[in-house]
Amino acid sequence: MNALVPLLVVLPLSGAAITLILGRNPRLQVAISVSTLSIVTVAAAVLLYVVDTTGQAAVVKVGGWEPPFGIVLMVDRLSAIMVLVSALMLLGVLVFAIGQGIADGDKDTPVSIFHPTYLILSAGLFDAFIAGDLFNMYVGFEMLLAASYVLLTLGGTGARIRAGTTYIVVSLVSSLFFLAAIALIYGATGTVTMALLSERIQALPLDVQIILCAALLIGFAVKAAVFPLSFWLPDSYPTAPAPVTAVFAGLLTKVGVYAIIRTDKLLFFAVPLTIPLMIVAFFTLIIGIFGALTQADVKRLLSFTLVSHIGYMIFGIAIGSELGTGATIYYIVHHIMVQTALFVSVGLIERVGRSTSITHLGGLLKKAPFVAVLFFIGALNLGGIPPFSGFLGKVGLFEAGAQSPSPLVYVLIGAGALTSLLTLYALMRIWNMAFWRPARDVAGYESPMLTSLRESPDETGGVVTATLPKLMVAATTGLIALTVCLTVFAGPLFELSERAAVGVATPAEYIRAVFPDGTP
Amino acid sequence: MSASLTLVVLMAIMYGTGVYVMLEKSLTRILIGFMLIGNATNLLIFLMSGRAGDAPIIGDGATGENTVDPVPQVLMLTAIVINFGVTAFILALIYRSWWLANLGDEGDDVTVDDEDVIDAEEAEVYHASLDEDDEAVRAQLAGAADNGDIDIESDIDNNHTERGAGR
Repeated sequence: MNALVPLLVVLPLSGAAITLILGRNPRLQVAISVSTLSIVTVAAAVLLYVVDTTGQAAVVKVGGWEPPFGIVLMVDRLSAIMVLVSALMLLGVLVFAIGQGIADGDKDTPVSIFHPTYLILSAGLFDAFIAGDLFNMYVGFEMLLAASYVLLTLGGTGARIRAGTTYIVVSLVSSLFFLAAIALIYGATGTVTMALLSERIQALPLDVQIILCAALLIGFAVKAAVFPLSFWLPDSYPTAPAPVTAVFAGLLTKVGVYAIIRTDKLLFFAVPLTIPLMIVAFFTLIIGIFGALTQADVKRLLSFTLVSHIGYMIFGIAIGSELGTGATIYYIVHHIMVQTALFVSVGLIERVGRSTSITHLGGLLKKAPFVAVLFFIGALNLGGIPPFSGFLGKVGLFEAGAQSPSPLVYVLIGAGALTSLLTLYALMRIWNMAFWRPARDVAGYESPMLTSLRESPDETGGVVTATLPKLMVAATTGLIALTVCLTVFAGPLFELSERAAVGVATPAEYIRAVFPDGTP
Repeated sequence: MSASLTLVVLMAIMYGTGVYVMLEKSLTRILIGFMLIGNATNLLIFLMSGRAGDAPIIGDGATGENTVDPVPQVLMLTAIVINFGVTAFILALIYRSWWLANLGDEGDDVTVDDEDVIDAEEAEVYHASLDEDDEAVRAQLAGAADNGDIDIESDIDNNHTERGAGR
C-alpha cells in the first residue's frame, strides 16, 4: 500500500513529461492526462480507505533514507482527504476543459502546453499535501505555483499578462517568506522533518516560536488569500480561461489553508493563535463579501466570495478544539467542490450568454434550463441553504465555536451568519438578473439592484459560440452531483473529518508514525 | 553556531536593496529585486549551516567537529534551481509585456504593410522588364543562332540568376 504514496506525485510528473513529448498529438495527450488523473484518484481513494480503516498513516522514506536525513512522504487522514478531493476536482475540470477545447478548436487553450502544465500543477498539489518535510512542502508549492503562472498567462493576451504579473509577483514574495521561514526554523532546530520539528520547536522559547510561526503564516496567508493579504486574488483569477479559474479557485487557496492547519496543529500548537486568527477571520469574512456585493461580473463576484469564505476556515482553525478542526476539514472539502463546480457552471453561462456580466445577461432560464438548474444548486449550496453541505459545514463550525465560547467567538458566529446571508443575496441577484429576467428586458433595464455595481475592468466577452458541448455539461453535472453527495453522505463524512482532526491535533501520533522507535 | 558577520551584513544589504528595487513599477526592476531577495534568502539558508569555510564532508582528516552541516547547502541548491526557473519565466513575461505594450495584440499577426505592397509591385515590374529583355535578346540572336553555335538559353538563365541574387 505504501507504494501508492509516491505514485501520487510520480504519475502526474511522468504524465506531464509524456504529454509534453506528444505535443503534436492532442488525442493521445487527452488520453494520457485523463488516465493519469483517474489512476491517481483511485490510488487516493484506496489510500484514504486503508489509512482510515487501519488508523495508521502511510509513511514512505524516499530513497530509503531514514528520517530526519531523508525526505518523508506521509499520508494521514487529512492528507488523504485533501488528495482525493483535489484529484476528483482536477479530473472533473480536465474533462470540462477537454470539452471546451474540442468545441473551440483549441483557440483559447493551446492544448500542447495545457496538459503538461495541468499535470505538473496536480503533482505539485499532491506533493504539498503529502509532504512530511517542510522543505518538500515548499518544493510542492513551487511546482504548483510555477505551473499556475503558465496556466494563468495561457495565450499571453494583454489582460492575462497584466493579471498574471500581479499574481506572480505576489506569489513570489510569499514563497520567499516561506523559504526564509524554513531557513530560520532550520537554524533554530536543525531539521526540516515535520515530525521532528513538532518536538524540537516546543523546546524553543515562546518568543522565538512566535517569530517563526508568524513568518510561516505570512507566507501561507498570502496563498490562502486571508484578509490583509487577499487583494491580489479577485484581480488575477477571473481573467484566466474558465477551467483554469475553476481549479485555481477550488484548490490553490486551500493548499494555503491546509498548510496553516498543519503548522498550527503540528508545529506551533503552543503559540496562542486563537485571537489573532479570529480577528483576521472576521475581516476576511466581512470585507470579502462586501467586495462581492459590488461586482457585476460573475467571475469576479465568485472570486470575492471565495476570499470571504476562507474566513470560515480560518475561524474553524482559530477555535482550536478538535471539533473546530473537524468542522474546518468538512468545510474545506465542501468549499473546494462547490467553488469549483460554480466556476465551471459560470464557464457554461459564459458560453450560452456570451458574457459574464449580470448587466448584460438575461433570459438564461429559457435559453438553457439545465445550466440554470446546475447553477441554482451550486448557488444555494454556497449560500448555505439548509439541506446542502454549505449549511451543514457552517452549522458545524458555529456549533464548534459555541462549545468553546468567548465574546469573540460569538462576534464571529454573527459575522459568519451575515456573510452567509450576503452570499445568498449576491448569488440570488445573479439568478434574478441572468436567469429570470427576460432577455428582451436587458437593454435599458434599470433596477436598484444594479446601481452601484462595478463592471470588471476588462470586459473580455470570452468565447462567442452558443453551442454547449455535451462533455462540458456532463463534467459540470458530475461536479454538481458530487457537491450534492456531500449532503447525502454528510454523516459519515463529518465523522471522517472528525477522525482526521483528531489525528491532526495529536502530534504524538504523527511523530510515532514517522519515528516508530522514538525521535533521534 | 557561529555565523560569518560579512555574510550577515551582505545578506542584510541585499534584502534592503532588493525590497527597495522591488517597489518600483517596472517589471524589470521587480525581477532584479526578486533576484536580490532570492539570493539574500539563499545566503540566509547558508548562514544556518554554521561556520563558513569548512567542508561538508566527513573523512580524509576531517572529523565531525570541523565539518559544516551539508543540509542547508542542499536546500540552497534546490532554492537556486527554483529561483532560476522562475527568473526565466519572468524574463519571458517581461518580453511578452514589452511586446504587447509596443505592438499591442496586433503584434502577433503578420500584417501586410504598404511597403510590402510597394515592394511586391516593384518586383513585378522588374521581373516583367527582365522577361521583356530576354524576349528581345532571343529575337536578336535568333538569326545568329541559326549559323553560330552560341548557347543562348543558358546565357540568359545565368544572367537571370545573377541579377536576381544581386537584388
